[in-house]
Amino acid sequence: MTRYLRYLVPLGIFAVLAVFLFRGLSLDPKLVPSPLVGKPMPGFSLTRLDDPGSTISDTDIKGKVAVLNIWATWCTSCRAEHETLLQLAETGQVAIYGLNYKDNRAAAQRWLQQLGNPYIVNAFDEDGRVGINWGVYGAPETFVIDRQGIIRDKIIGPLTPENVQQRLLPLIAELKS
Amino acid sequence: MKRLFPALLIVWLLLGAAPLSATSTLESFKFATEAEEQHFKDLLAELRCLVCQNQSLADSDADLAHDLRAEVYEMVQQGQSDAQIIDFLVERYGDFVLYKPPLKPATWLIWFGPFVLLAIAAFLLLRALRRQRQVPAADISGEDRKRLDKLLGTPRVAGKDDDA
Amino acid sequence: MIPELGNFSLILGLTLGLVLAVFPMIGSLNNTPAWVALARPTAWGQFFFVALSFACLVNAFLVDDFSVLYVSQNGNTQLPTIYKVSAVWGAHEGSLLLWALILSGWTVAVSLFARDLPAVVLARVLSVMGMISIGFLSFLLFTSNPFDRRFPVPLEGGDLNPLLQDFGLAVHPPMLYMGYVGLSVAFSFAIAALIGGKLDAAWARWSRPWTTVAWVFLTIGISLGSWWAYYELGWGGWWFWDPVENASFMPWLAGTALIHSLAVTEKRGAFKRWTVLLSLLAFSLSLLGTFLVRSGVLTSVHSFAADPARGLFILVFLCLVIGGSLALYAWRAPDVSSGGRFDFVSRETLLLGNNLLLVVITAFILLGTLAPLVYDALGWGKISVGFPWFTTMLIIFAPFMILLMGIGPLARWKHQDSDELLRKLRLPFLVSVGAGLVAAMPVLHEGWSLWIGEAVMLSVWLLATLFIGLRQRLQHRQGPTGIWRDLRLRGSGSYYGMLVAHFGIAVFVVGVTAANLFDVEKDARMSPGQIIEVAGYSFRFDGVEAHQGPNYRADLGTVSVFKGEREVAVLKPEKRTYLVQTKPMTESGIDAGFTRDIYISLGEALGGGDWSLRLYYKPLVRWIWLGGILIAIGGLLAATDKRYRMAIRHRASVLVKGGLAAGGRP
Repeated sequence: MTRYLRYLVPLGIFAVLAVFLFRGLSLDPKLVPSPLVGKPMPGFSLTRLDDPGSTISDTDIKGKVAVLNIWATWCTSCRAEHETLLQLAETGQVAIYGLNYKDNRAAAQRWLQQLGNPYIVNAFDEDGRVGINWGVYGAPETFVIDRQGIIRDKIIGPLTPENVQQRLLPLIAELKS
Repeated sequence: MKRLFPALLIVWLLLGAAPLSATSTLESFKFATEAEEQHFKDLLAELRCLVCQNQSLADSDADLAHDLRAEVYEMVQQGQSDAQIIDFLVERYGDFVLYKPPLKPATWLIWFGPFVLLAIAAFLLLRALRRQRQVPAADISGEDRKRLDKLLGTPRVAGKDDDA
Repeated sequence: MIPELGNFSLILGLTLGLVLAVFPMIGSLNNTPAWVALARPTAWGQFFFVALSFACLVNAFLVDDFSVLYVSQNGNTQLPTIYKVSAVWGAHEGSLLLWALILSGWTVAVSLFARDLPAVVLARVLSVMGMISIGFLSFLLFTSNPFDRRFPVPLEGGDLNPLLQDFGLAVHPPMLYMGYVGLSVAFSFAIAALIGGKLDAAWARWSRPWTTVAWVFLTIGISLGSWWAYYELGWGGWWFWDPVENASFMPWLAGTALIHSLAVTEKRGAFKRWTVLLSLLAFSLSLLGTFLVRSGVLTSVHSFAADPARGLFILVFLCLVIGGSLALYAWRAPDVSSGGRFDFVSRETLLLGNNLLLVVITAFILLGTLAPLVYDALGWGKISVGFPWFTTMLIIFAPFMILLMGIGPLARWKHQDSDELLRKLRLPFLVSVGAGLVAAMPVLHEGWSLWIGEAVMLSVWLLATLFIGLRQRLQHRQGPTGIWRDLRLRGSGSYYGMLVAHFGIAVFVVGVTAANLFDVEKDARMSPGQIIEVAGYSFRFDGVEAHQGPNYRADLGTVSVFKGEREVAVLKPEKRTYLVQTKPMTESGIDAGFTRDIYISLGEALGGGDWSLRLYYKPLVRWIWLGGILIAIGGLLAATDKRYRMAIRHRASVLVKGGLAAGGRP
């Protein structure tokens, strides 16, 4: 019987391969998960977007459950997620900080004036150095940070009512308790 | 609204995709020797541009690639080793940023796989050859063949029978 | 109107495909001659309608019919005519139509040139090809229809991707598809043989020329792609181990293994089950490649727009075709009788070794290509496997292949006396090791170079063993006419094919090594009039001026290249911005030569008339594609071996009486 089983090996190998290919259809090969999840947030000290004279640093964020949203005016998905961010801000559930990434200060300020400002404070990362430290590879990205300053999640891509409901808010509730 | 997220994600990803034909040049990076410059380029060639559709940091023109090249250059100038630079990037972006997967238990499958495959194939081949030998062949031995050749008289010249 | 005709023709093509897949196959199993006879005309009918459909799409591009969605996305009124035609296969939907066209073309070719094949066998072969065509035509009609309309009709099209507005890249897909699809002929022959239950040397003889020709097209297609990447992408590279490149390389490797395995089965009746399995695998890899390119599971610069829904369709098709064929193999292969015996030291063993290495290389390329997907699916994290890994692995395995390539042709079938073999190999061994040592020495280059030493050793090994084999055939050696007569009488198409193809490999190895090890690259900021020295040449930047093309604006640079006082070339690298798709594109300035290329890419304007430029000196880089051309020529020589042309008529009568036709009932 083993003689005949041998001839089934190619089919068996293909079956395994097909399973992986099928799984692959629901995966995104370009998604880069963050190795920073579970680690303390990278330290930074940048000027505030609204006031070049003052600074904001990671210590200002520590101590409360917060999200850090990476955004820029040149990023159309950021425009799309802005509505969701405003709604999130209104719930008052979490402190929203922003990192204005590789942008023009004046344009960014205008943007917030026109569209509304969901952020408590915005850090202005002009050259993107801080972004690199946070493993940012494209805007928008949103980090969830707990009271101890540990990064607990990174949402890649725009925030939508779906991922806010299903991913963000439950995590925030958990971190608060 | 459910449709929007995937669409937005695609748009977001597409925006990051680099125009793959633009030549990125590295003339803005100065080196003391040509060997150093080559070493820098070789290092960049092993690092992945994360926003591109499969390009290395050496030939991508994406914004992020510009920034990362500048970072790597600075670290090289500071005298950091390749390992340190790689660690720096992996800390922030994960193993995905390396085109040469790091050698660790998780990647043994990749690094030793080809040799394991070779061993398996060689084993199967030898087994097939040996099994074949077990069936007695209606054939003559090497000695007999030499005698036969001599008897037939003609020196052996290769010809069409030897073709594949 | 015409696009609707095209769509309707496609539907008719699919219908005929269904007829072709069902009736002749059932007829062959039940011995219904009328149904068996349906095969040929149905194949012709299908070809007619698919070709008509293709013609309709070509027409839509030529008349700038932007009411057709596909044309509006890829065409443009300003597009030069030749690229309006090549735009037909420039994106997903149209390229699939090209696939379908080529598939039905090969089906017709088989029905034409396999005239002496027993009708029952031919019916099965054509039926299987019909089944494959059902997959592609339904994929087209249900998920990727190039004839979909759009309203309102835009005034202008989205333009063909500027990268594709190039002759090399216009021809590259048709060549590749001829290869991918051609492998389906070997596949279909294998299925027909498994169903009929008769797998013998005659089957291999039928399969072999078709497989070789398909493999030749694949070789040309891959070489074209590599050459194009070199001169178009501006960074002097010619292979990146991108998933889509690997997707073309794997069928080529499997095809190479297959043509060697078919040689043994044809000649000696050995390896039958293995050859059948390889026939199934080679085309399966083609299909897998189609999946990888169009499903979005892997990131690639080449992939068509990724769509998981389409990916699912292809995956199901893959499961049916590959799964079905492998299941048939599992069922029928055990009943195949074992073939000719051979000794441990014999050409058969060496060819088996060649197959082993080729298959292992194919397997690890598949491993490396799919590893990121597998790791992600298993939750093992996100990794990349790229150029450094693939190159390292290939460099480890390739030398053993080349070693075998030298020994195989010198060994005799069935039994090779070891002493005699070692005696023959002694001289090539000494010569190649000697040449390698000389090449490694710091004479022609700085420092010891083990890599160039190894490359030269391997190439000389190939040349020397080929020479020994050739000398064996020269009995008379009485001057040129004697030698010519010997060569004519004592060699055949397949021998000279092997000679030329293996020689091509040697040329390729030298080209790759030289271009990779001894190339010089300089990134520079240059002002007009400035001169920079690279690799013994002086490059003088003569400034950049604006230039207008048919559908693009360009910055045209001029660089004069001197060797000492003599002007060698005036190169004009460009930076183009196409009017519609405004991505900047480079057109490198290349001075091509047999011994070296001088290659210049224009970078960015840096202000004050200064520009950044990339200057390359690439020695022997053309030998890479020269090797590819030689390999292709070798394949053609082998495929046109006289025995396929004449002996077939002899065979037919023998076969009809004895063998294959009897396999009408499983």
